[in-house]
This record gives sequence, structure tokens and C-alpha cells, in this order.
Amino acid sequence: MIEIVLIGLNHKTASVDLRECIAFNAEETRAALRTLGQETGIKEVVIFSTCNRVEILLTCEDSRRAIETATVFLTLNKNVQRADVEKVLYVHQGEDAIRHMFRVAASLDSMVVGEPQILGQIKQAYHTATQTKTSGVILNRLMHRTFFVAKRVRSETGIGDNAVSISYAAVQLSRKIFGDLDGKQVLMLGAGEMAELAVEHLIRHKVGDIRVANRTFERGLQLAKRFNGRAIKFEEIVNALEVVDIIISSTGATQHVIRAKDVKSVMRKRRNRPLFFIDIAVPRDIDPKIHRLDNAYVYDIDDLKGVIEENIQDRKREAIKGERIIDEAVIGFRQWYANLDVVPTIKALRQKISTIAQTEIEKTLQSLPHLSDKDRQAVGRMKDALINKMLHDPTLFLKGDGCHGDKANYLDITRKLFKLDE
Amino acid sequence: MQILSVVAISFYLFSTGAYLAFLYRPREQFNTAGFALLATGFSVHTVLIAAGFVSRGHLPADSLAATLTLASWSVAGVFLFLQYRHKLKILGVFASPMAAAIMLVAHRTQGAAAAQSPELFKSFWLVFHVVAILIGEAALALACGVGVLYLLQEYAIKTKRHGFVFKRLPSLDLLDSTGNACIVFGFTLLTVGLITGFIYAKAVWHRFWGWDPKEVMSGISWLLYAALLHGRLTIGWRGRKAAIMAIIGFALILFTFLGVNFLFQGHHGEFTRG
Repeated sequence: MIEIVLIGLNHKTASVDLRECIAFNAEETRAALRTLGQETGIKEVVIFSTCNRVEILLTCEDSRRAIETATVFLTLNKNVQRADVEKVLYVHQGEDAIRHMFRVAASLDSMVVGEPQILGQIKQAYHTATQTKTSGVILNRLMHRTFFVAKRVRSETGIGDNAVSISYAAVQLSRKIFGDLDGKQVLMLGAGEMAELAVEHLIRHKVGDIRVANRTFERGLQLAKRFNGRAIKFEEIVNALEVVDIIISSTGATQHVIRAKDVKSVMRKRRNRPLFFIDIAVPRDIDPKIHRLDNAYVYDIDDLKGVIEENIQDRKREAIKGERIIDEAVIGFRQWYANLDVVPTIKALRQKISTIAQTEIEKTLQSLPHLSDKDRQAVGRMKDALINKMLHDPTLFLKGDGCHGDKANYLDITRKLFKLDE
Repeated sequence: MQILSVVAISFYLFSTGAYLAFLYRPREQFNTAGFALLATGFSVHTVLIAAGFVSRGHLPADSLAATLTLASWSVAGVFLFLQYRHKLKILGVFASPMAAAIMLVAHRTQGAAAAQSPELFKSFWLVFHVVAILIGEAALALACGVGVLYLLQEYAIKTKRHGFVFKRLPSLDLLDSTGNACIVFGFTLLTVGLITGFIYAKAVWHRFWGWDPKEVMSGISWLLYAALLHGRLTIGWRGRKAAIMAIIGFALILFTFLGVNFLFQGHHGEFTRG
């Protein structure tokens, strides 16, 4: 019986320095796949390496030996102490390996549950494995199931629905106010990683002009260049409020940069088109009184954190639904996988053929009422003999060494050819 | 006729169910089902009205029940049109039950036709007048519904409570622009309805305006909506203010539609007294 084994380490078990050491880049992955694929005892292999995990998924006949080979490979190849690696390594076999794979791809095992990148990374890893031809019938099927399950979890649960980063929460809030962000104008006050990230998110949602105001005009110019926008003087902010829609503020000012009366006067000129202030600064840049004005909305850092906290809780609740979908899929895959063995396949094949023969004989005998019981028994014996003779060679082939190497492949073809899985 | 009306009501109620399901579980199937059920109900409803037309030989608007039937039909029709143009799915939660409720009331109100000569209803201007006003008012009713949704969503954003309302209702901008589209459409038809009413009054009573209570109330509602549209264009009456005005405006319309008939005398009362 061929076994599925998954061995690896992730952000929960290993520190970032160790993950850094062990991670494979694209070229190394290809080389590793070739090396491991040639090891005797390892039949198929796929390697996933992202910044949060390094995992080797393989099929083998002797799991103990394969695990040993893979561990040695990791330590030797990456020049780390074996003891260090063994401490952080986890090994999943059979059903556990399948479940682990599904959970990783569905982003239930991610640092940020529900993040969407992981599925793409796994697809890429599988693509590499198909290029090096180290993925065979079992892992092909497992990977395709994995993609299917991950998509199902994403579409049937709300696992990826709500923002879990400050910058993305800001974008989501903007969308609740403006709907489409297409062409909305943005003003960035000050600078800072979070604010810049938020602007980048907004740009991805096709916002219009970006204006940058900074105490030091030169720094403003640099930022404006980066976002393809324009820099304005700090004194021009109030004028800019007439045209911009979204304001992201993150200055080091100790007093409010935008006051309620500034906004009040500008609102009339804007004909009450909504204004959304995202205040990431501490102490705050935007007068919280502005939030009380009609069509003006102010969210500060604590508000955004509150939003995220709620969203994380939501995702955790949705993750439970995801686990259920995965449990179902694991059972489905296990059935296919358990049948992908010689004895069940031969049994199913024999069963199928004898059912067909039996029904046809019964039909024919009905229209031949003159046959005696003895004749009928003879027909039955003929049927059995026919089936035995016909299935003799295929049985020998599947049982014996007829199929060199990839037995799973021939079993899979047999099952498909005779539609044994339905 | 009775059966057709029951069938239409049932479809509207099923559609309401589907839209409620859509409100709680945002699955596209629920929305599609709600829309399809409402459209089917609307088709049956159209047949019902057409049958009334044929059997009476004129527009069936000669009793309260008949007028309400037309009103419900207008709500369903305007929503279907709006849905097709603006894709504000969640509005179904408001439109379907409204069509169902009006139709239910119409079904229960078995008023005899008013003692008006059927000749009156054959006038082109009268038919035009009634249909334009009813469709216009249906659009304004939806504007009121959108206004309520706007206020709910705005409240959620202002109080920073991001629960059910925040998640399930669309953006403020979409609600605001849909509400405005409803009002522009409703106001236009209301205007057309009023003008044809004047022409009809001139033809029948030889005067444009007779200080009939319904005329006066309609005039007031018309002025309110005119002010709202004008305010939006000039000083930007949008968002909360516009939503509140849309709700007040529809309250006025409702009063004009029903209240006036019961509380005041006048030539409109005779058409619709139940």
C-alpha cells in the first residue's frame, strides 16, 4: 500500500531565522524535487516553500524510510543542525496529511486565517512539481482536490470576507461610504508605513488623484512621486478638502491638523459630498467633532482596531464551517485512496463484470423457457469460466510486476476504464 | 379574477420570503429567486388588470380595491425596472412585501364601484392621469424605502457599530444615488400625472384647479419633492437630509392617497370610496 506523508515546519513550530535558513527558492525547489524524486522509496513529491512554511508532501511505500530520507535531505542540504530541525518538524501520514494539505490551502492554518495568497503559492508549487514530473497519480489527484476544497471553503464560508489589517479595514470602510472607489480623490497627510499601505490599497481600487501634504515639502514630493500623485503645501490642506474624498492622516502633530470649523465651511462648497477621514496618528490629527457633521465620517486608529478585532472573531467563527467542509472532503479522498489498491480494484472489477454477465444471462434465459435446469447450470458455469479467463491476465498484471514502477497509475487507469468509482 | 389576485399575492409573498432569506444569507440564488418570483407575480398581476380592463371596458380604477390593485402593480413594476437598471438587490426586502401588502388590502376591500358613469373612465386623459400618478408614487415609495435603508446604514457607520446592518446593506453612495434616481423618476411621473389631471379637469369640469383636498395635498407633495430635487442640485441636499425628506414626502403621498379620501370631501373621493 502506498502511503501519503507530509513533513514540514511552519510559523507555529519554527522561528523565523530557522524558516529563513530552510526555505527554498524556485531554483532550489526544482533541484530538490529532482533529487528527492530519484530517491528509492519516494514515489511522488511536491515541495511548498513560503515565508511561513516549508513542507514536503510525498508518497512512498515505506514511510519510516521516506521520512528519514526527507529529514536528512533538509538538514544536509540546508546546512542546519539536525537536532534543531527535528525539534520543529511535524510529520503527518495518511488521512492527517490529507487534512493538513486541505487546511493549509484553505488558509485555516495560516498566520492570518483566511489570507488569500496561500492558495496561489500552493498552485505554483504544484506547477513546479508537474514540470519536474515528480507528481504522479496520487498527488495529482490530491492537489486537484486541495484546490477544489480550498475554493469551496472560500466561497461557502466568510473566511476571507472582512479586513484584518488596519490599511485594508480603511479601504473596506471607504467602500461602505463611497461604494465604488473609482475616481475618488485621496489626500495623504504625513507619512508612515500604515498610511502608505492604505494608500496602496486604495490605488489598487482605482482611486483617482492622490495628493500628499507633508511638513517637509521635499518628503511630500518623494511620496507623491511614489504614488504618482502630487505634493501640496501643508497650508493648502483646507483648500484641498474641497475636492478630495478620502483623507488618510498620520502626522506627528501634537494638535489637530484639521478642525471641525474647516470642514464645516468646506462642506457647503462640496455640496455635501461625503468626506471620509482615516486618522491613524496618535495623538489624533483630525478633530473628532467632525464625525458629528453630516456626511463627514472620522475613524481613528482605535475604531479601526475595533473593526479588525470583530473581523478576526468573524473569521474564527467561519473557520469552523471550513473545518466541516474539509472533514467531508477528507472522507471522500480517503475512500478513493483506500480503493486505489490491488485487492479492492480486482474485487471491484470482478464484481462489475459478473453483475453485467448475470443480468444478461437472466434476460436471455427468460426467453428460452424450454431449457432444462441442467442446461441452465451449464450456462452459469460457462459464465464463470469466461469471467475467470478474461480477468486472468489483468489480475496477474495488477498483482504482479507487470506494471513496473507506478502501480498506482495502472490501478487508477483500471478504475477509470471500467468506471469502478461510481 | 379572485384566483388571479390570490396567485399574484402568493407570488409576492414567496418573493418576500426569498428576499428575506437573501437579507440573512447573501446567496445569489435567493436574490434570483426573489426577483423571478416577483416578476412572475407581476405577470399574473398584469393579466389580472388586463382582464379588468376588458370586462369593464375601461381602466379598472373605479373603487378603492381596484386602485390599490393598480398601486401594488406599479410598485412591483417600478421595482423590477429599477432592479434591472440599478441593481440594488436588497431593496427587494422592501418592495416585495409592499406589493404583497397593498395587494392583500385590495383583496380584502371588496368595495362596490363608485357611482360614476363608466364613460368617465374611458377618457384617455384620465387613464393617463391615474397610471402616471400611481407609477410615480410607487417610485416615491421605493425612494422612501431606500431612504430608510440609508438612515440605517448611516447610523451604523456613525455609531461605528459594524453588525448586521453594516454588513448586509450596500454603500451609502449607492443608496443615496438610487434614492435620487427613484425621486427623479417618481417626480417626473407625478408631474405628468398632475398635468394630465389638469387637462382632464378642464375637459370635464371646465376648470384646471378646483381646490379639491386631494389636489391641494398633491400640490404640497409635489412642491416638497421639487424643493428636494432643487436643493440637491444647488446646495447639495443629499445623504441624511435627502433620506429624511424622501420619507416625509412619502408620508404626505400616503396621506394624499388614502387619508384625503376618508377625511375630506371632494371629487376624488367618489372614485375611490371603498
